[in-house]
Amino acid sequence: MEMTSSERGGDLVVRVDEGRIDAAIAVKFKDEMRALIRGPHPRTVLDMSSVDFLDSSGLGAVVAVLKEAGSDKGLVLAGLTTNVEKVFRLTRMDTVFTIFPDVEHAFGATADAS
Amino acid sequence: MRLAPRPMRRDQSGDMMGEVLLDSEFPGTTDGVRSALAAVESALTADGAASGAAPAAELVLAEVLNNVVEHALAEAEQGSRFGLRLSAGPETIAVDVRDRGAPMPGGMAPAGKRPDVNVDLADLPEGGFGWYLIREIAQDLHYARENGENHLAFWLPLAEPAGA
Repeated sequence: MEMTSSERGGDLVVRVDEGRIDAAIAVKFKDEMRALIRGPHPRTVLDMSSVDFLDSSGLGAVVAVLKEAGSDKGLVLAGLTTNVEKVFRLTRMDTVFTIFPDVEHAFGATADAS
Repeated sequence: MRLAPRPMRRDQSGDMMGEVLLDSEFPGTTDGVRSALAAVESALTADGAASGAAPAAELVLAEVLNNVVEHALAEAEQGSRFGLRLSAGPETIAVDVRDRGAPMPGGMAPAGKRPDVNVDLADLPEGGFGWYLIREIAQDLHYARENGENHLAFWLPLAEPAGA
């Protein structure tokens, strides 16, 4: 399970460096994310822009992490690819999660990048 | 283990089904599922007309095959395999999945009701989405238990419906 975590504006940003979150790695993903979000950061931004494929096991793992984070420690998602976004939309989980187009938008992204 | 030879099938109009894109067996493990999905993707993307169906096929087959491995074959002997066949018609991909594992509970494929997500955070469902996704995407799904073998058959449209 390849993931890269960094701090930004007091928040934790976790980038998933795997093309798939599927039944083969869902449990590892859940365990590693649970360990990461136990830190002091008030919010975790999960960058899923490298994930091309998510099945129901992967979706369940992301939901489990959201529940672990709880309402006071927030988990938000960023960079859902077309196939991943479709799974969230079909299951209505897009109405449960806060989802940003990319990590920049999760941090406001109103400033001109130039 | 060899799976039983399958009878010739006809599509809804009575024509013989089209070109076989994939007809193979895979190990009944999560790695076997990954291998099967990779084979599905390459078989569909290699066929110009079928390439648009690849993402939906990969998702629905991930759910179907994970269920085969985690449920039907959970108690099966080491080295169990499942069979997967894809064939292309003019507007659809026909999918057949076979295994010799445990039958579906109640002898029927689950209805796949969408889990309710309009609940408190602590009550959000972490499972139960697999059969909902299968039922949303697969068309004309049939399950049969024949001669100790599970047989699941369904269709996927070649072009995704607008708004899907």
